[in-house]
Amino acid sequence: MIIKKQYDVVVIGAGPGGLAAAIEAKKGGADDVLVIERDVELGGILLQCIHNGFGLQTFKEDLPGPEYAQRYINEAKSLGISFLMDTMVMDVTSQRKLYLSSRDFGYVEVDAHAIVLAMGCRERTRAQVRLPGYRPNGVFTAGTAQRWVNVEGYMPGEKFVILGSGDIGMIMARRLTFEGAHVERVLEIQSYLSGLSRNYVQCLEDWGIPLQLNHTIKKIIGKNRVEAIESVAVDEKWNFIPGTEEIIPCDTLLLSVGLIPENELSKKAGVALDPVTGGPFVDEHFQTNVPGIFAAGNVVHVYDLVDWVSLAGVEAGRSAAEFALAEKERSARYIPLVPGKNVRYIVPHKLDKKALEKGDISLQMRVTKPIEEDVWLEVHGEKNSIVRRSERYVRPGEMVTIVLKPRMAAEVEKAGRLTVDIYPKSEA
Amino acid sequence: MQEKYDFIVIGAGVVGCMIARWLSRYEGRVLVIEKQADVGMGTTAANTSIVHAGYDPVPGSLKARMNVKGNAMWDQLKAELNFAFVRSGDYVVAIGEEELPALDTLMVQGRKNGVPGMMIINGAEMRAREKNINPNVSGALWASTGGICDCFQVNVAAGESAAMNGVEFRFNTAFEDFIMEGDRIIGIKTNQGDFLSRWVVNAAGLYSDVVMHKAGVRPEFKIQPRKGEYFVFDRADIQIDNVLFPVPSDAGKGIMVTNTVHGNTIIGPNAQIIDDKEDTSTTIPGMDEIWEGSQKLIPSLDRRHVIATFAGLRAMGNGPCKTPGVNYNKDYIIEIPENVRGFVNLGGIESPGLASSPAIAEEVIDLLKDAGEDLREKKDWEPIRPARPRYRDMSHKDRQLLVEMDPQFGRVICRCENVTEGEILAEIHAPIPALTYDAIKRRTWLGTGRCQGGFDMPRVVAILSRELGVSPMEITKRGHSSEYLVRKTKDLEIADDN
Repeated sequence: MIIKKQYDVVVIGAGPGGLAAAIEAKKGGADDVLVIERDVELGGILLQCIHNGFGLQTFKEDLPGPEYAQRYINEAKSLGISFLMDTMVMDVTSQRKLYLSSRDFGYVEVDAHAIVLAMGCRERTRAQVRLPGYRPNGVFTAGTAQRWVNVEGYMPGEKFVILGSGDIGMIMARRLTFEGAHVERVLEIQSYLSGLSRNYVQCLEDWGIPLQLNHTIKKIIGKNRVEAIESVAVDEKWNFIPGTEEIIPCDTLLLSVGLIPENELSKKAGVALDPVTGGPFVDEHFQTNVPGIFAAGNVVHVYDLVDWVSLAGVEAGRSAAEFALAEKERSARYIPLVPGKNVRYIVPHKLDKKALEKGDISLQMRVTKPIEEDVWLEVHGEKNSIVRRSERYVRPGEMVTIVLKPRMAAEVEKAGRLTVDIYPKSEA
Repeated sequence: MQEKYDFIVIGAGVVGCMIARWLSRYEGRVLVIEKQADVGMGTTAANTSIVHAGYDPVPGSLKARMNVKGNAMWDQLKAELNFAFVRSGDYVVAIGEEELPALDTLMVQGRKNGVPGMMIINGAEMRAREKNINPNVSGALWASTGGICDCFQVNVAAGESAAMNGVEFRFNTAFEDFIMEGDRIIGIKTNQGDFLSRWVVNAAGLYSDVVMHKAGVRPEFKIQPRKGEYFVFDRADIQIDNVLFPVPSDAGKGIMVTNTVHGNTIIGPNAQIIDDKEDTSTTIPGMDEIWEGSQKLIPSLDRRHVIATFAGLRAMGNGPCKTPGVNYNKDYIIEIPENVRGFVNLGGIESPGLASSPAIAEEVIDLLKDAGEDLREKKDWEPIRPARPRYRDMSHKDRQLLVEMDPQFGRVICRCENVTEGEILAEIHAPIPALTYDAIKRRTWLGTGRCQGGFDMPRVVAILSRELGVSPMEITKRGHSSEYLVRKTKDLEIADDN
C-alpha cells in the first residue's frame, strides 16, 4: 500500500469507535480516509469479546463481539477506506501531523485535515488499587487474561480469584468456567456491583460463582506464582474489619477494577483532558479544544455498551469530514511563495489567492548576494509573469519589498505557485 | 570431568558482574554462577539507582573510601559500558530551621571523606531549583557529584562486557559448598555440579554470610536484611527535576523523592529490619510510611498517579571497621582472609554498593595482586560494550533511519514505553541473553509504564516462544516456576458425570 502524504481524515484506532467514525467520514464526503491500527487485525478489543450481547441497539440483534466488528469492517472496506495495521502512532501535533511506526511501512509522516482519536481505554492495574504483597506471576488484568484465552488459546491458570465486579471480570468468570477452570470468588470493595446487572445474573449467579460485596484483598501470597490471596471485609470507609481475613488458595488473581481512557497521544497534540472522565473536553460534535481533532468512544469516557461507542463514532466521523472538507477548500486557496534566483527567503511563505481581492499584499524578502547594478525584481507563476519592477542595486543587509495589487488577481489565479527572481538587467 | 577455572564469582549482582568485568582484563578463565535466571535479581533489582556522592558513610570506613572512589569512576564507566547515567547532583533538604544543623554535620563528614563539589544553599535557592519542594524548606546540602543511573542496565552492561571478554555465566546455579584441600579452596559444589577454581570470590549479597561461613570465615558475621519499599509514578503526570533526600536519621538516609533516568518519579525507601532474605513483599504500613515520608519533601505528589510498587532488600552486615579509632560496625568487608587460601571475601555491601561497585572491583584486583597473584593483562581486552538503540528516546529522523536499516524496529510492542520488536530481539540474542519476561523488561523498560504490561505481555511471551523455539507455556516471568500459562484452552480431561 502506498501511504499518501496528506489525508482528509485520519482515524487512530480500529475499534468500534474508530470504525464507525471512518465509515461516517467517508459517507460525509471525505475522499481520503485512513484508519491506523496498532494491532494486527481490525476490530480492537471486540475481537477478544467472543461473548454475545453486542448490537442490540444498533442491529436489533444479539451478536458476539467479533461479528459486530466484522459488520463495520466489511462496510469500511466496501467504501474504499484505507487501513494500516500493526502500525503505531508515535506522535500527533496540534497541526495535525502524525508520525507512524510500522515494520511493514517504515517510519512515516502524514498530514490530516482532521483527526479522530479512537484509542479506547486501558485497564487499571494493581498499583492503582494498592495491593500489597509479592510481585509473583499470576496477577493479570481481566482483559489480558481474556486475550490469552480467547485470542491466543491458552489458559493463564486453573484456580482464579477475581477482584472487582467490572463487566470484563464477570464475563471472564463465566468464560474460565467454560474452559474447565475454577473461579473461587469475585470480590468487590464497594457495596454495589460495578458492572451490568445482566452480567451478574448470566455470568456469576447462573454458574454458582460467589460474589462478595464489601470485600477486598489484604495481601497477595506467593513469590514466583500466586499461591493464595488473603481477603478481608471492609467497612463503609473501606477500612479492613479485623477478624474477617480469609486465605483463599488460587494460582491466578484477575483484576477487573476499572478502565481509564487512553490519552497519551491526545496530550502530545495539546488536547485538554477532563480530570473526572480522563478523556478530552469535547463539544457536541466530539471536537476537542484543538481545532480539527475529534475524539470518539472510550477515549472520551468509558461506555458500558458498544452501541453507544459506535454512535459516538458516527457523530465524530461526520463532524471530522465536515471540518476536513472546509479545511481542504481553504488550503486549496493557498499557493506557496518560492524563493528563486538570488532570493534567500520570502515572507509570507504562502498566499491566499482570495485575499488579493481585498487589497495589496506586500512580499518581503532578502537577497542571497549583493548585486551592485540595475536589477529586475520579478514575480512569476509557472508559465506567466505577474509583476516586474527594478532597483538600482540589491544588498543582503537591505530588505526588498514587492507589492501584489488586486489587479493582478487574474494572473495569480492561474498560477500553482509564485516564484520571485532577482537578477541583473544585463542578464535579462 | 570437572570444569576448571582460575576465578569463580558467586553472584551476578552489580558487584559480582563488576568484579567479573575487572577480572576479564586479565588472562585466566572466569566463571560467574548465579542461582537466579538472570543477572541482578537480588539487591540490585530493587533499589533507588542513586550514585551517591559519599557524604553519608562514617569517615574512615571502607564504605566511605569505596563510595568516594567509586563515584569518581562513573563517567569513564558510562563511556565504556554505555548505560544510562546522569551526574545530576543531589540534595539533602532541611525542612524547618531545626533541621539546618544536620546539613553542616553532613558537609563536614563529606569533606572528611574527600567528597568534592559540595555547598549549602538557602531555602529560597532550593525553592528556585525545585518548584515542587515543600515551601518550608530552610536550606539544602548540594552535592554536585551525586547522580542517577539505571541499575539494571549497569548490571547487565558490566556482565555483558565481562561475557564479551570471555567470562562464562551459569544461571540457575546455586552455590552449596566449597571443595577444600586443607586450608585451600579448590572449587565449589552447586546444584548443577562441581566446578574447580584457583580462586572463589564471594559476591553473594544477602547470602554472603552463608557463603563465608561455609569457608569457615567470620562465623560471627551476619547479614540483617533491611527492607525498603517504593512507589513509581507515571512519567506523564508528575515531574520532579531533582534527587532529593531528607535529613538522615538513625534509621538510614530516609525516604527520598527523586527523578530517574527514565523520567518517572520514585519515592522510598523505608527501612524495615526483617529476617527473611526473600521477603520482598510490600505491606500496607510500609506503603503508608513511604507516602507520609515523601509528603515531607514534596507535598503536591498525587497518589493516583502511582503506577507500580515494589520492595527490595539491603544486605546490611555487622563487619567492624578496620581503621583504628573508628568505632563502626556496619562496614563493608573486602578481604582475602588469612585462615583460608583461594578466597576473596565480600560482605555487607549495602547502599552505597551500586556507587561503590567499580571501586570494589578494583579493590579485589589490588588484593589479588597483593596476595601474589600474577595477573597479566590481555592484549585484546575490549573495554567498550556498545549501546543498543532505544527507540523511545530517538528523534523522528533517527527512528526513520533505524527502521530503514532494520524494519523490526518499526514494530512497537510496548505501547506505553514505545519498545519495539527490534529492541526485544536484540536483548534475546545479546551476549547475556534475556530469556524471561522480566529480563527483557529490565533491559528495555518495556511493561514498566502505566498499563504495567497488560498489552505487551502476551506479545512478548509469543516472541520469546518463537525465538527460543519452545512452547509459550514454557516462558516464565523470572525463571523458577513462574510460567504464565498452564495449558491450552479446550485441553482438559472431562470428569465422569457422577
